Amino acid sequence: MDFQPSSLDPVAIKIMIAGGFGVGKTTMVGSVSEIRPLRTEATLTEKSEGVDDTAQVGDKTTTTVAMDFGRITMRDGLSIYLFGTPGQDRFWFMWDELAYGALGAVVLADTRRLAESFASIDYFEGRGLPFIIAVNCFDGARRHNPQDIRTALDLDERVPVVLCDARSRESAKEALITLVTHVLNGAGTGA
Amino acid sequence: MDEPAWADEDAGPIVRPYALTGGRTRDELGGRLDLVDLIETTDEEPTRKMDLGPEHLRIRRITAEPLSVAEVAADLDLPLDVVRVLLGDLLRHGLVRRRKPASVSRLMDARLLKEVIDGLSAL
Repeated sequence: MDFQPSSLDPVAIKIMIAGGFGVGKTTMVGSVSEIRPLRTEATLTEKSEGVDDTAQVGDKTTTTVAMDFGRITMRDGLSIYLFGTPGQDRFWFMWDELAYGALGAVVLADTRRLAESFASIDYFEGRGLPFIIAVNCFDGARRHNPQDIRTALDLDERVPVVLCDARSRESAKEALITLVTHVLNGAGTGA
Repeated sequence: MDEPAWADEDAGPIVRPYALTGGRTRDELGGRLDLVDLIETTDEEPTRKMDLGPEHLRIRRITAEPLSVAEVAADLDLPLDVVRVLLGDLLRHGLVRRRKPASVSRLMDARLLKEVIDGLSAL
């Protein structure tokens, strides 16, 4: 569509904060914005059949999924919305909703459990949605080598890998700036 | 009337979420409300015929200034799809209006992305 937003239109920038369970998504959203839980109801039946024991319980088992949600207001009419993705795989349906119209994603990774980032990376690669990897250095010691991490994750050369401390506002800001810069530089074009 | 002793505030909602919507799980709008669509109260006044509940009126109060659908859901502490149904009622009665913000994706123009980078740096 040839849609050029004018300065009068409100602009919403949706950014996903993804990664495995317990990798620091909540912390990162909270360090740059006020954070609030956003609840949604999910039917477990379809997606979890054969995986969860709940499949045997009955037709419709619903559960409530909570996601972290934050807003950064840049100026009147320009806001960034941050959405922490639900941690468990069975809530993929929610990822599609979050990814719709999203600018891109920050995939948080923990070097002790790198494999937990694979699902997020696959998802964003599959959708052609720009993303960066932010390695959360829990110990504060920046001794990880981004190049090693890139190799371990089998990433495209163009995907930025940064080290960060999700607790630090500055560090979380840097990760977001890296993502927006990546998009600005034409990430994902032709992907 | 006596307060029920078996539940207090900490127990959370004691009504199943879709009871608030009369069992409806879908809003009656053509297009689904996106998480970042902005909702704003109109000058239209609610009438008794509209059969609104306290949640509808609460949404009207919090959207005096435009608020995203996600924030309305978070403020009400209700599941997203329940809030979508309630918003659908309000939209149908003309009590709120929806504005679709420009969806920023990678098609976005560079000037705006630069503004976002500068804005983030200045936080």
